[in-house]
Amino acid sequence: MKRFAALLLVVLLFPVIALADGVVNVFNWEDYIDESVLKMFEEETGIHVNYMCFTTNEDMMVQVEANPGAFDVVFPSDYMVERMLNKGLLEEINYDHIPNAQYIMENLRNPDYDPNGVHSIPYMWGTVGILYNTTMVDDPVDSWEILWNTKYANNVFMLDSIRDSMGITLCSLGYSMNERDYPALRAATDKLVLQKTSGMVKAYQVDETKDKMVAGEAALALMWSGDAQYAIDLNSDLAFAVPKEGSNVWIDPMVIIKGCRNLENAEKFVDFLCRPDIAVLNCEEIRYSSPNSAAIELMGEEYTENPVLSPSEETITRCEFFHDIDETIMPIYTTLWNEVKNAK
Amino acid sequence: MRYDMQLPWWAWLLMGTALVLFILMVVISVRRNHGVKRSLFASPYTLWMLLFTIVPVILIGYYAFTGTDGTFTLDNFRNFWDSNFDMKKLVGEEYASTIPRGTVNVDTLTYSLWMAFLCTALSLLLGYPAALFMADRNMKLGSSLVVLFIIPMWMNFLLRTIAWMSLLEDNGLINSLLRSIGLEGVQLMYNSGAVLLGMVYNFLPFMVFPIYTSLSKQDINLSEAAADLGCSPMQALMKVTIPLSLPGVISGITMVFMPSVTTFFIPRVLGGGNTMMFGDLIESKFLTEGNWNVGSALSLIMMVLILISLSILRKADPNGEGGGIV
Repeated sequence: MKRFAALLLVVLLFPVIALADGVVNVFNWEDYIDESVLKMFEEETGIHVNYMCFTTNEDMMVQVEANPGAFDVVFPSDYMVERMLNKGLLEEINYDHIPNAQYIMENLRNPDYDPNGVHSIPYMWGTVGILYNTTMVDDPVDSWEILWNTKYANNVFMLDSIRDSMGITLCSLGYSMNERDYPALRAATDKLVLQKTSGMVKAYQVDETKDKMVAGEAALALMWSGDAQYAIDLNSDLAFAVPKEGSNVWIDPMVIIKGCRNLENAEKFVDFLCRPDIAVLNCEEIRYSSPNSAAIELMGEEYTENPVLSPSEETITRCEFFHDIDETIMPIYTTLWNEVKNAK
Repeated sequence: MRYDMQLPWWAWLLMGTALVLFILMVVISVRRNHGVKRSLFASPYTLWMLLFTIVPVILIGYYAFTGTDGTFTLDNFRNFWDSNFDMKKLVGEEYASTIPRGTVNVDTLTYSLWMAFLCTALSLLLGYPAALFMADRNMKLGSSLVVLFIIPMWMNFLLRTIAWMSLLEDNGLINSLLRSIGLEGVQLMYNSGAVLLGMVYNFLPFMVFPIYTSLSKQDINLSEAAADLGCSPMQALMKVTIPLSLPGVISGITMVFMPSVTTFFIPRVLGGGNTMMFGDLIESKFLTEGNWNVGSALSLIMMVLILISLSILRKADPNGEGGGIV
């Protein structure tokens, strides 16, 4: 028994990993950064980046709420910032410590979800639209209605994402994308059910769509602008359009979690990502629109002449931001969405 | 993608404890005279089961019978029966009466049971002959067949399922082949057929191996005796070999049916998310909707159904000869 106890003691003294003093815990979307940027940051500052990824906002929220101390810098979407703000999870940004924030475009500095950008700094932004294959579509793609045009039956990829698919349907019916009233949501659901029962939809998916569009698996797809640009880079037959009825414009900002352990390092990290040359690296890697005016200047015409990356003022004005749909309304959305998914 | 190899301290502790216990067990089983009760060394496993099986089941039970405010309620089960139940409470009086009973949850469950039944039946039909070949001592190919069945299992099942995608896609391998020999392409993916194919493909080994094991344990003299006594090979198979292999069949059925009912991911990848299975529904309750209470109620219903089917199967193999899985 003595030996047993001795062995147990050895186990208990098993090397406990010493907490390195220079660490920053970053929680970002999958595939949402140029990996070399992390290494550059570590080399320049000597701060170790503890890099973790999530796939959906909801996923992220569950983790952050369960263990707020584990994260310093997080990348939620706009409407999630609103919810995190309401729950008091966000630290105010000290702009004196983030000088590179000066490059953020003027018109993105006062977003609806976080007035005056007190708690967040934009990282990327983009729109939602239709990615289509010009060899398979001969009608003009300028309206959401084309996703209901039976000529393209069994040739449409929809996003398996409640807010996006419901949102564009609401939009096509002339409602706001942030609708909370049952009759409007009912109408959108019926329209989506019709889309499914008339055999329009080939698949509901998220991450697979871009590669499948490159492979020519479908004519039309509901898609985010960055993923669309990624696909267009690989297949020049593809094009992207933001319909005339309007659409969603979104921002994915960086936020710092309230009471985080490495505030100073977190600020350095956010500042680093706002540095123009770094913003260029990230923008060219993940193909979303950059909110960084100096970075855009560095990228030049290749960026500004690209309507997907750099949508016109007119396009942006007909788009709408998502607002947080809270727990009292969201179950309506999810119940209706399940009804769509289950329609035969 | 970068992965940090720094593990938290408790992970090291867990691994260290496991290692030390392993060494201790080996030492103790080699040296018989130790004076320590052997059953003591089973206690880590008991603890493990308690922590990772019993406690989660209790938690599921707790969530299933409570509302978001933590008070006792049966609403989560009403929600299973009427998927619009929660919504009716939120839309306001005037609309609530216009909403009919939602059948999404019940429909999904029956669809899953039907798919699981089909998958099990197909696996049995395909798997039994395969097991017979593999166990046949006169077949030279038998042992290589075993290896061929095992090799794909070295790879993660998610990857194997995704690999099917590049075969079945409209511009995938099969359709390209069809077109190159002048035939029309066919849409193989994004339907229930593709989901069933994926399920059978993934779960077939779980049918084949239990049957193979029970067949290869069989005394070859038995079927020889049957032949000596005038049985045709077919009669020997029907009257001797198959009845004796039933325990293997039962455990095969169990091992295929259970994962098929709870399948998720395969419908999303090969079915294009066009049809949800019960596993997908539970997953979305927990991850997308964050509704642990209804998610737990659905899981509980699922577990009860599995328990019922297990107890029915147990009647067919009371001695647990097929490995006692049931």
